[in-house]
Amino acid sequence: MNEKTMTAEEDLRFEQMLAEESVCTKENIVFDRTDTLIDTNMHYCPGCGHGVAHRLIAEVIDELDIQKDTIGVAPVGCSVLAYNYLNIDMNGAAHGRAAAVATGIKRVLPEKYVFTYQGDGDLAAIGTGETIHACNRGENFLIVFINNGIYGMTGGQMAPTTLPGMKSTTSPEGRDIVTMGSPLKITELIAQLPGTYYVTRTAVNSPVNVRKAKAAIKKSFEYQKLNKGTCLVEIVTNCPSNWKMNPVESNKWLEDNMLPFYPLGDIKKPSN
Amino acid sequence: MKKEFRLMKGNEALAEAAIRAGCDAYFGYPITPQSEVLEYLSGEAAKRTGMVVLQAESEIASINMVYGAAGTGKRVMTSSSSPGMSLMQEGISYIACGELPCLLVNVQRGGPGLGTIQPGQADYLQAVKGGGHGDYKVITLAPSTVQEMVDFVGEGFELAYKYRNPVLILTDGALGQMMEKVLLPELRPRKTEFEPWGSTGKTPDRERNVIYTLSLQPDVMEQWNQRLQAKYRIIEENETRCELIDCEDADYILVAYGLVARICQKAAHIARDKGIKVGVFRPITVYPYPYAELNKIADKVKGFMTVEMNAGQMLEDVRLAVNGKKPIEFYGRQGGMIPSPEDIFHKLEEKIIGELV
Ligand SMILES: Cc1ncc(C[n+]2csc(CCOP(=O)(O)OP(=O)(O)O)c2C)c(N)n1
Ligand code: SF4
Repeated sequence: MNEKTMTAEEDLRFEQMLAEESVCTKENIVFDRTDTLIDTNMHYCPGCGHGVAHRLIAEVIDELDIQKDTIGVAPVGCSVLAYNYLNIDMNGAAHGRAAAVATGIKRVLPEKYVFTYQGDGDLAAIGTGETIHACNRGENFLIVFINNGIYGMTGGQMAPTTLPGMKSTTSPEGRDIVTMGSPLKITELIAQLPGTYYVTRTAVNSPVNVRKAKAAIKKSFEYQKLNKGTCLVEIVTNCPSNWKMNPVESNKWLEDNMLPFYPLGDIKKPSN
Repeated sequence: MKKEFRLMKGNEALAEAAIRAGCDAYFGYPITPQSEVLEYLSGEAAKRTGMVVLQAESEIASINMVYGAAGTGKRVMTSSSSPGMSLMQEGISYIACGELPCLLVNVQRGGPGLGTIQPGQADYLQAVKGGGHGDYKVITLAPSTVQEMVDFVGEGFELAYKYRNPVLILTDGALGQMMEKVLLPELRPRKTEFEPWGSTGKTPDRERNVIYTLSLQPDVMEQWNQRLQAKYRIIEENETRCELIDCEDADYILVAYGLVARICQKAAHIARDKGIKVGVFRPITVYPYPYAELNKIADKVKGFMTVEMNAGQMLEDVRLAVNGKKPIEFYGRQGGMIPSPEDIFHKLEEKIIGELV
């Protein structure tokens, strides 16, 4: 039916007809938006891991029923607008300072759940000091660390986690570790600190890894109640746009290159 | 805790005032000449009121902890001295943009660089013109006594919440270190009520509260800028404060703030003893600056001399205020040197009185 020829009345009828005939009913629906994820278009590129990571956080918040007690800290990076997608109170930190901002929040509201969401440039370059010291003090919050090996937001410059030989706009010949340093495995470094309680590396490139990442996030929120120290969940992700690949290629590249360098699994497990 | 008199060092008196103002959290990093604030609060503050006191790993961390904690609506503060304040500027810009109330203290020392640990006033322009990026203003109070170091803590928090804006106490190493008798206020309870805008956890009865400072649409950002500017105009209209000391019959006016205003009073006495009528104009708020009040005085006097512990920073505001009506001279000391009353009087004689008679 041509839309232009439809009257408002017909339009309404059409909608009703669609609703009546829809195969999606309350009874048979198997996958839906989780409540804490806001019903809006995301600005992320197609196939980008950020969207999946957001959804996992939202699902965990809903499953634990802690929306009213959770405060998130968004970084500066592609996920700067994370607060547009999560229906919780949030605070947008300056580039690299999320761990300090979260410290401020958690110290004055110790009974709340606090988490930061940060890219590799944010967490492991400009914010290295804040990250290490928050973890060393054992601040009781969760750090979700999105490692895509590149600066996404600013257009594909080299990140502290860019792999040796990996091309970026500021390492056009590939990262030369002699002059540019080696990729920083900050997650392993942080696991050394007595202040951290649970440190793990996950990915969202396959259904099984998505499930593991979610379990790690959920455990970390639960641990927060114990007041035992900082939890850090690294999520190794892709950046199809700046890796200059389509989403499928980027996930393949991630498996072949990122995961061998950044092996998945728990790096520090709760001791008790 | 009742009101009481005590003999106290400026920094410690300020710290005690913070406890009594019901401050919820202090985040700071050691730097001379303000470390006593952090040290004093690290003592008994937590036990007395349950306030949070945390030594951060840097001033960058302190100010961002302030940003986070202030975003919950709690009464939060930090303090530092000149090099540390430079590090905080990005954070202060975020706090001003996010319209968060908080109290900042700069116990100034001489600069630039690592400079000196002796007192200075060389961070004036950084403080009053918006030291970080973007168009923003920080309400800036300039105490000239240890008593004002105390009083401006409570008043600073009031102003911060009234306008949802950072407030800065701009003092110096001499005031921070000197001991004077002070009247401490009664203890005010810590904040228990939540601010409606605070990021404290979204309850079902309200929309989520997001503290943010970004707008990718220029027209929306401009409206935001305009809203901030409108607020600054209201602050300028209502909160400008200054003190006029012996200005009614004065022929010459010394313009100075903070510690130097006190030294200028002594210089004015020396002048009066010699039959020269000198008054002192002391801005108490240096942002907003008392332009109108100073401009009014310019009609009645022969000339001005601005005295500062820098190379002439407030001088720019004095010139704007006087607007060419009368001559303005400047006398400044730098590097941690404090001008003496005699020096000031001689400079006044030499630069202004000598020229005009
Ligand atoms: C003080 C400061 N320096 C630099 C920038 C510019 N900047 C914005 S995001 C970013 C890097 C983001 O990369 P990453 O943290 O890896 O996150 P991604 O975009 O890849 O998700 C930079 C350098 C800034 N906003 N602030
Ligand atoms: S630039 Fe990269 S990290 Fe950013 S949204 Fe696009 S794919 Fe994701």
